[in-house]
Amino acid sequence: MLNDLAISAQGLTRYFGDRVVVDQLDLGVPRGSVTGLLGLNGAGKTTTLRMLMGLLTPTRGQSQLLGKDSQQLTAEDRARIGYTVEGHFLYSWMTVRQSEKFQRETFPRWNNAMFESTVRRFGIDPGQKIRVLSRGQRAGVSLALTLAAEPELLILDDPALGLDPVSRAALNETLLDFCNEGMRTVLLSSHLLDDIERVVDRVLVMVHGRLVVNTTIDDFRNRISSWSLEVPPASRAIQAIPGLVFAKQRGGRTIVTVADSDAETEAAMMRIGADSLERLPITFGEAVIAYLSQSRASDSFFANTGA
Amino acid sequence: MQIHISAGSPQSIYRQIADQIRQAIVSGNLKVGDAVPSVRQLAKELAINPNTVAKAYSELTRDGILEGLSGRGCVVASRKNVFSKAERVRRLELVLDSLVSEALTLGFSYDEIQERLVKRFEKIGPE
Repeated sequence: MLNDLAISAQGLTRYFGDRVVVDQLDLGVPRGSVTGLLGLNGAGKTTTLRMLMGLLTPTRGQSQLLGKDSQQLTAEDRARIGYTVEGHFLYSWMTVRQSEKFQRETFPRWNNAMFESTVRRFGIDPGQKIRVLSRGQRAGVSLALTLAAEPELLILDDPALGLDPVSRAALNETLLDFCNEGMRTVLLSSHLLDDIERVVDRVLVMVHGRLVVNTTIDDFRNRISSWSLEVPPASRAIQAIPGLVFAKQRGGRTIVTVADSDAETEAAMMRIGADSLERLPITFGEAVIAYLSQSRASDSFFANTGA
Repeated sequence: MQIHISAGSPQSIYRQIADQIRQAIVSGNLKVGDAVPSVRQLAKELAINPNTVAKAYSELTRDGILEGLSGRGCVVASRKNVFSKAERVRRLELVLDSLVSEALTLGFSYDEIQERLVKRFEKIGPE
């Protein structure tokens, strides 16, 4: 089944000095899927992507892209993989058309129509100089240059960073269009939870270098639930709820987010909240934020104890 | 019919699509034999992942609401009951339970609930 995975990693770990930035990451991204990588700044997303791309050596563990070891990717392997980072280098004195010509020489395949439709979607005229383009449009040129090479696997590090709403919509449409043809795989990191909810099949959430969520978006939604209890959140009993992700205070009540709630979880909450237990609707974004807030909370916990 | 979805809602996107199609059928906006947009087309229109649309369609097909014609997409199926009588009653009871308890919590009387139910039925039910 390994061949059905476009990206895989086993125990991928990276230290910077004595600080662990990516901690024992095990990962399998199926071919043909769109996967969103979520996490706070500093959670290890970029470091993970750089290791996957073979641009950074792991301290331990390994990873494979399209079945090839990340650290041994050949030029031919790399031609099958598209990778863009924020602030992708473009010559500002070139026109969009010139930068296309410049780029296509280094790739065996080039899809003109894909390039053209992508830049148009970002409202760019190919005759324009890069210099005069907005930030969102430059991102559009980067993306068009990457997609025109028809990669089988696309890895995007925060492609929506700093984009205006129009460019964001163009980015989403471009990605979906790209995936519509053949078994193409996309892994993108982002902070835009609404956009992620629209475009992805699978969700990864990283907290302090560890992968805490790795599943389909539907499974993620089904497994997270939110409850309201009539007790203060400081209560020790709340920390003992099985599957607790995060608890916060709202008014006089405590909002509890749990994973894989079962009879035992509900019984624990009933004991604490007596008969005031109430299940709340929860959005995809709120569920992700519960995980990310938990990480903030444990930060301050460690800070308090001086560890 | 026009489907509208929003991300960031407590309802998943596939649930929003499935519910709107069910709604369009009971209100008569979609009739037996009418085609629904293809998975690709609707995904493109809504700018969402095609698997999300496919999931909504497969639930509706499983429930006998849509039927797939090979190569020609899905159409609204003729009304048939894929569920047993007992299962239909069970599903109805579930909806009634939450309807009644919600309405009572909001302070409506039996008569008010009944009156509104009749009106609603006239509005969206079959002629």
